[in-house]
This record gives sequence, structure tokens and C-alpha cells, in this order.
Amino acid sequence: MKKNPPGTMNRRHLMSHLAAGAAMTVPAYSFLNHVTANAAEVRRNEKACILIWLSGGPPTIDMWDLKPGSKNGGEFKKISTKGDVQISEHLPKIAQQMDSLSVVRSMSTREADHTRGRYYMHTSYVPNPTVIHPSFGSVISRELGTKRKYLEIPSFVSVGGGAGSSGFLGMTHAPFVVDSNGNIRNVDRDSSKRNRLEQRLAMWNVVEDGFIRSGRGDLPQAHKDVYGKAVNLMRSTQMEAFQVSGEDPKTQEVYGNNNFGRGLMMARRLVETGVPFVEVNLGGWDLHTDVFNTLRDQRLPMLDQGIAALTQDLKNRGMLENTVIVCMGEFGRTPRINQDTGRDHWAASWSAMIGGGGLNGGVAVGETDKDGTAILGKSYLPGDIWATVCKALKIPLNIVHTSKRGRPMKIANGGTPIEELVG
Amino acid sequence: MMRDLMNKSINRLLPIALIAFGLVAFSGTDSAAAKKSDAYRYKHDQKVVEEIDKLIRQGWEDNEVTPTKIAKETAWLRRVYLDTVGHIPPLEVAESFLRDKDPNKRIRVIDQLLEDSAYTHNWTTIWTNLLIGRQTPRRTSREGMQKFLREAFAKNRPWDDVVQDILVAQGRYDENGAVNYLLAQMTMRDDGVQATAKTTRLFLGVQVQCTQCHNHPFNDWKQNQFWEFNSFFRQARRVDHRKLDPETGRQVDDYSELVVNNISGPVFFEKRSGLMQVAYPKYFGKEVKTDDSGDRRIALAKSIVNDPNHYLAKAMVNRMWGHYFGFGFTKPVDDMGPHNPASHPELLDFLTKKFVESNYDQKMLIRWIANSEAYQLSSEFNSKNKIDNPAAGELPLFSHAYIKSMEAEQLFDSLLIAANAAGMSKASYAESNRRRNMWLQQFVTTFGTDENDESTSFNGSIPQALMMMNGELVDAATNCKPGSLLHNVVQSDERDTKKIQQIYLAALCRTPTGRDVTAVKKLFRVSRDPIVAYQDLFWALLNSNEFMFIR
Repeated sequence: MKKNPPGTMNRRHLMSHLAAGAAMTVPAYSFLNHVTANAAEVRRNEKACILIWLSGGPPTIDMWDLKPGSKNGGEFKKISTKGDVQISEHLPKIAQQMDSLSVVRSMSTREADHTRGRYYMHTSYVPNPTVIHPSFGSVISRELGTKRKYLEIPSFVSVGGGAGSSGFLGMTHAPFVVDSNGNIRNVDRDSSKRNRLEQRLAMWNVVEDGFIRSGRGDLPQAHKDVYGKAVNLMRSTQMEAFQVSGEDPKTQEVYGNNNFGRGLMMARRLVETGVPFVEVNLGGWDLHTDVFNTLRDQRLPMLDQGIAALTQDLKNRGMLENTVIVCMGEFGRTPRINQDTGRDHWAASWSAMIGGGGLNGGVAVGETDKDGTAILGKSYLPGDIWATVCKALKIPLNIVHTSKRGRPMKIANGGTPIEELVG
Repeated sequence: MMRDLMNKSINRLLPIALIAFGLVAFSGTDSAAAKKSDAYRYKHDQKVVEEIDKLIRQGWEDNEVTPTKIAKETAWLRRVYLDTVGHIPPLEVAESFLRDKDPNKRIRVIDQLLEDSAYTHNWTTIWTNLLIGRQTPRRTSREGMQKFLREAFAKNRPWDDVVQDILVAQGRYDENGAVNYLLAQMTMRDDGVQATAKTTRLFLGVQVQCTQCHNHPFNDWKQNQFWEFNSFFRQARRVDHRKLDPETGRQVDDYSELVVNNISGPVFFEKRSGLMQVAYPKYFGKEVKTDDSGDRRIALAKSIVNDPNHYLAKAMVNRMWGHYFGFGFTKPVDDMGPHNPASHPELLDFLTKKFVESNYDQKMLIRWIANSEAYQLSSEFNSKNKIDNPAAGELPLFSHAYIKSMEAEQLFDSLLIAANAAGMSKASYAESNRRRNMWLQQFVTTFGTDENDESTSFNGSIPQALMMMNGELVDAATNCKPGSLLHNVVQSDERDTKKIQQIYLAALCRTPTGRDVTAVKKLFRVSRDPIVAYQDLFWALLNSNEFMFIR
């Protein structure tokens, strides 16, 4: 058991304040009625997904599906791994984890514009002028998060933003954006203000309930529910999960002393607390120029260290079996190397990395031709990736959501789990 | 209690009050005074309002509901302010409205608000959001769009003229602001698909987006109709100009413009069967003569304004009714057609006809709606109209007002009014505008969706609640700086009871109830410093559901 941090209010103390304020009205703060969960309580058996989002579109031909000897091959060599798959020489640490991770080399996703691609890969649906589809984090928040009554922090956390929106699933499932240091806008951790807040809330409660009682339908209560969640969040001990600085310095070292490393570490802490979906954003992949130097010196070492550390850490804690890791961006990049030694947008044939959650590791699914420009055999859509995630998280694939205008929407756009991974 | 007292004394005080307000001839008797007060020169034809009332009442009788009582004066005042000018009434307006004994005061307020500069501001905001979204697409000029709309609403230009200008606009986005509507729909090279879908939905109240790929499952639009409509937009093309940034040596956005390409011929599309088809410019299946040397959009605009079905007027009437009542005659307001029958088809047709006859006069349309009996009602349900609950999917009967969530802009502007921000800060227009945009951006991002969702569902989020509870704006409103409302009230010589009343009136447009008073007393007992207690009270009111909802 962890004690309340000094200066914060414990639950009983708080309730006495509330009771004073709410007088003879309905029992104060029904939203506090469930027992505050303890941040230290580890939830290793809960299913979760961590999406590592490579914003800008990663050149997967230099990472997961190398073509040495081809005119498109570029400068990198491939190396063997602990799995039955070869990857870039600049991902040596991930190579050591490849028995747990797999690569899908036959993504074909047609959207090669950043905005459209980001939308498509996050939602499984192409953009449509009159409906906003939910990002998959929102779908998982709805399917898993709502069932975790102990969870006081949002069930879809986006570290660094860019995770899209909850669309027609509503704001309850919207991504909750934090920076990689765990700072949350408008949450003051200054405990001296707590008493004041309780005083204010006691007064607020009376006005709020007065309007709820006045016979104006359900909306006034919906407002109170959201405030209830916000207040719960502010004083929840689960907020500790965002505090990566509390992590052992040695662990921080392993993940990498940078925003990406901290983001992944936070993702693990959040999943441990019960958050079912965390997205960690790593930008800088829109490599129209100087692709090889940038990859070798900057992007790949950071990615390599972070993903390897996360995989190992989850493994050590017995969480990898329940936690799916997906690593992709909005599309891949052209096999052809342009005049600026860069690669441009390419959605026709590229790779995504996926592992954990009981999925088969060390597998290379599908293949591209010798120049990487076309897929040989079967190809996959984002819906297939998300259907695979659903399968691993035990979310039924026959779920159909309904858009605000009454249109039925199949989960993962009716995608099919990838056989080689779930078989 | 105060209100009861007031109501009782109204009859006795009426003649005096009317004289005091200069509305009554000096020598009038009581009955003459009453008659004279009717002589407020209506700016609208009361017969139209009577017809609305008749048709609405018909619905109550047919469905055996009894309407809720008339809304309390200040509750109605708050609603008509928010709906018309986009913010709550300032404290002194609420106070003088309570004192005002003119039986025509509601009508007068509506007319005054329509001439207020905040009216122009409010409708410019609403239509900018509808036309280009809350987040301005790249290479689109929000300022340009706003400038065009500001002029249109300030002059109360006929709506059909405004829409024609928008549909046929060409030129630079800063010089002819009207082009920004189409520029915003043309951010992706999608052959005018978005422009087609949005134009029919927004201006004509017809949804055709599904028919891009297949015949509509519910309404009678066919796939070829989508592409026939689409072909009107094919000559419009955006050109993005770039320039060299001398500091960085890089190419950056300069300006964008909408130009017309002289291309002719049909549009090609693919049927589900894979068959290629052609589509020629047609308006709702009707052949439209286009002069291919010119811009087909001109032919489209002509077809729209000359359409005997008056879709344009009907769409506006339905949208405006929905704006004031929370629900239009159809849900959503922009999806009309045989597949989605209107709740009051006769009334919708009547208002459409009147709107056309008025020469598409938006202010007149508002007068009819806001003066209608239904708009005067309280938002409370009573025991005899429980079935009138459109939020639960029922057809609206308008036997009580429906509560709506404030839009982000309404919330921001209302917080400033409640706090009397004008008295606190001497920030320039540009500076306060910048702050407003920053706040809105943060608030709206936490909204998640950019599309204007129905405000009759509550779509608040945790980050929004945090922003209200702990953010700068409410903090500034409650910090009791000189010039602020809180400071003015607290420092006055009034008794505490009066101060508390004023704070309630400023924030919620009502006086405290017995329960409120008990809670406030407790609050004052707990706080050692009365200023702290006042701050906490104001904080609680501004954060309440009652503040956040238009009721």
C-alpha cells in the first residue's frame, strides 16, 4: 500500500467536507462511491494495446523489409534476429526481441496523404465528408475501458498528441493528451489548493443538483458526471502513473533519456494501472531528404532502444502476454530513392510491426517483390491490423457501432485477423 | 419570493412604470395606457407569429400534451441573448429587464438585439464554423471568410444573394472572402466530392454523400445525381501561390485563389459494378443549360435561387428554428427528404413561403421565431408533456424549451460578460481577439470533433471540465481584480443578501433559492475571509451545469 502523498486529502477527510456542503440533499458525490483504486495495485492480467505512432510515415523498406542488391535497396544491410525474420542493421536491440515481435510486410493502404493516411490507419476507414470515425484507441476505450470500473484516469491516453478523435463514440472515449513528462493541462498538483477546491465543490454540488432536480432531462446529470470524472482524476492516486520521474533512474537509462523513452515508460506505467490503450507519438519520419543519415544517426537508434526496452520490461513484469505493441505510421515511403537521397510518400507496399498480447512472434507476414514496389500475394488493410489487435485483446469482431446518423459501422471496418499471427 | 412580490405589484405599478419609460401619453387613463403600450411599432407581421402559434398548438392538441408555463423573465432573457447575440446578458441588463414593466418588453428586446453589433459577431462566428469548420484548413483565410460574412449579416443581406456570392466566388482569398467556403472544401484533390456533399447539405438541407459510391439506401437520390451535381464544381480550381521567405530561404505559403478552368464535357464515375458512366450538369435530375464558355457554378446558383421547391429557404428556416429551439423540424436539421419526415411539415412550408416572400430576410425570420408562443416557454417538463422529449428520439412538439449546451464561443463570451472583463482589462481588440482564439483552440481541441454537433447532446470532456475548474479564464473571472464584476459587487455598500443576489443574477440570471441560501451561508461560515467565500461562490456558479446550458 502506498500512502497518500503528503498534503493530499484522504478519502474520509474529503467526504466529511462534502457532507458538510451538501447538507440534506441526496448523498454527496455519488461518483466517489466506488473505492479509490490504489496506484500500486498492479493489473498484470488486464489486456492492453500500446501504439507506437511514427508520425510522418516511416521508410519501412529501411527498417523491416530491406532490399539489399536492388536499385531501391539503399545503404543499409539486414541482420538476423532471434525470430524468423531479418531486419535493419540499425535495429540491433529490437533484433534481440524479435522472437516476441512480428512484421507485416504486405500493408497496402492507398492513402498517401498525411492527413488521410493518419485517419485511415487510426480508424480503419477512409475519410468521409459527413462522419468522423473513432480512432482505434477510442474503440478500445469503449470496449475495454468502460468495463474497468476501478479506472479513474482516462482509458485512452495519447502521449504527445496526434491520436485523432473519438468521432461518433463521443468525448468519453476521446484521447487524453499528455506530454512525455506526464504534464496534464489544468491539473495543478499543488496540494495547498485542495481544501479550497473541496469548499468550492461543496457549493457547486448544491447548484448542480438543483438544476438536475428541476426536470430538464438528462443533460444536467451528464454534465455532473463529466465533472465527477475530472475531480476523480485530480485526486486519484492513479495519477502517479503519469509521473515517469518516479521511475528508477536505471530503468530510465534503459528506455533512453529522451521524450520517446519517457513516453514508452509512461505507457507501461499506464497499462500497469489498467489503461487499455496508450499511444506514443514519435515524429520526424517524413524523410523526403537525406533519409539514410537521419535514420542511422537519429531516428533508428532512439526507436531501437525504446521498443527493445519496452518489450523486455513488459516481459520481465509478465505483461507482454497481455499487451499488444503496434508500431506504424500513416504509410511507408517510396522504394525509389529521390534526387535528394530521400524517399517520398508510398502506401502501396509497406510494413507494420506488431507483437505481444499472445500473438505469434518472430514471424514475417507477407512479402514484397525484389524492389519493394509491389506485394506478392495477399495484402493487408489497417482494418486487418486492428482486427488482429481485437483478437488478441479478446474483443469480439461482430461488434457494430452506430454513427450519429444511424449508419452501422463494423468494428475495424470488418477486417480479418492476420492468420499467421493469431493461428 | 422577490419575484412573487414583483408580480403582485405589477398591476398596481404598471401605469407609473410605463410613464417612467416614456411609453405612455401623459394624459392617458389606465385603459388607454394599456392600449397605447400595444402601440410599440412591431417590426414584424404579428399574423405570421399567430399562424406559427396555431400550428404548434395543433401539435399539442393532437398529442394531448399541455405546454409548460411561460419561462421566468430573466430565464427567457438569458436564452434570447445567447441564441441571438451569443452571450448571456450583463448584470445591469438583467436588472433593468426585471424592473421594466412594459408588456412589450420581450418584443423590444428581440428588436434591440437584432440591431446589436454582437448579432453580427455571433452569426459571423456561427456561419464561419459551418462553412469552413472550427479549425481553419490550410491555405484558407478565416479572416477573409469572416469579413465577407460580417458584411452580409451587418447589412442583413438577403440569404439567397449571400449564398449565390459564395457559390460563384472567384479570386484571392483575402480580396474576395467568399471564395474561402469552396477553398476549404478543396483541400484534398477529390474532384469536388466534398464541395458537392457539403453544398447540398449546408444550403439545401439534403444529404447526398452516400450516393458518391452507391444509390442512397433511404432517400431517392441516385448515384448519377451525385455526379450530375458534382459536375457544376468541376471548373472551379484552387491555385496556391508560394513565395520565398528571405530569412530561411524556403518556399512558404503566400496566398490562394479560386480560378475557373475552361473545361467542358461530362464527368465520369464508376458504378459499383465497375461500369463507367457519364454525368452531365443536372440540378435534382433536371437538365440545366450551361454555357460551357462560362462557369457552370453560375448555372447552379441560378437553379438554386429559382427552384420552385425553395430548398434553400427551407433549409434556412429549418436550421434557424433548430438554432432557437435546439431541435429543428427534422433531426438532423440538414437531412430533409421523404425518408426523414418533418415534425411540423405545414409549419415548415408556411415559414419557407413567408421567408421567400420576405426576400430571404434573416432578421425577420428570427423575429417570427423568437416572438412565437413556444419560444416563450420554460425549459422544464411538466407532468403533461413528458412525451415531448426529442432527446430520446421522439418528434419535437415544442411544448417546452429544450436545453442546449453552450458552444465554445458562447461559453467564452459569456464568461467575459459574467466577469465584466471589459471593466478589468484594457487589452486592445487584436489582443483580446488573440486570447479568445487561443482559449477556443484549446477548448475546441478538447471537443474532439470539428463538425458542429447537435448542441442538444452534452459532449463535454474531462479536459474541458479541468479547463473550467482550473484554467486561467475562470481564475481571472473569480480573482476579484478591480473593475471585475466580483470586485464591483463585493466592494459595494449593499447588504450581503443583495450582493449574493447580484452574483446569482450575473452568472445564472436568477435569484438564489432557499437551498442555495442555506449552502451559501455554510460557505460563509467555513471561510474566514468573506472575499474568499464570494470567490468560491462565483466559481461554483460559473462551473455549474446551469451556467453551461442554454435553458
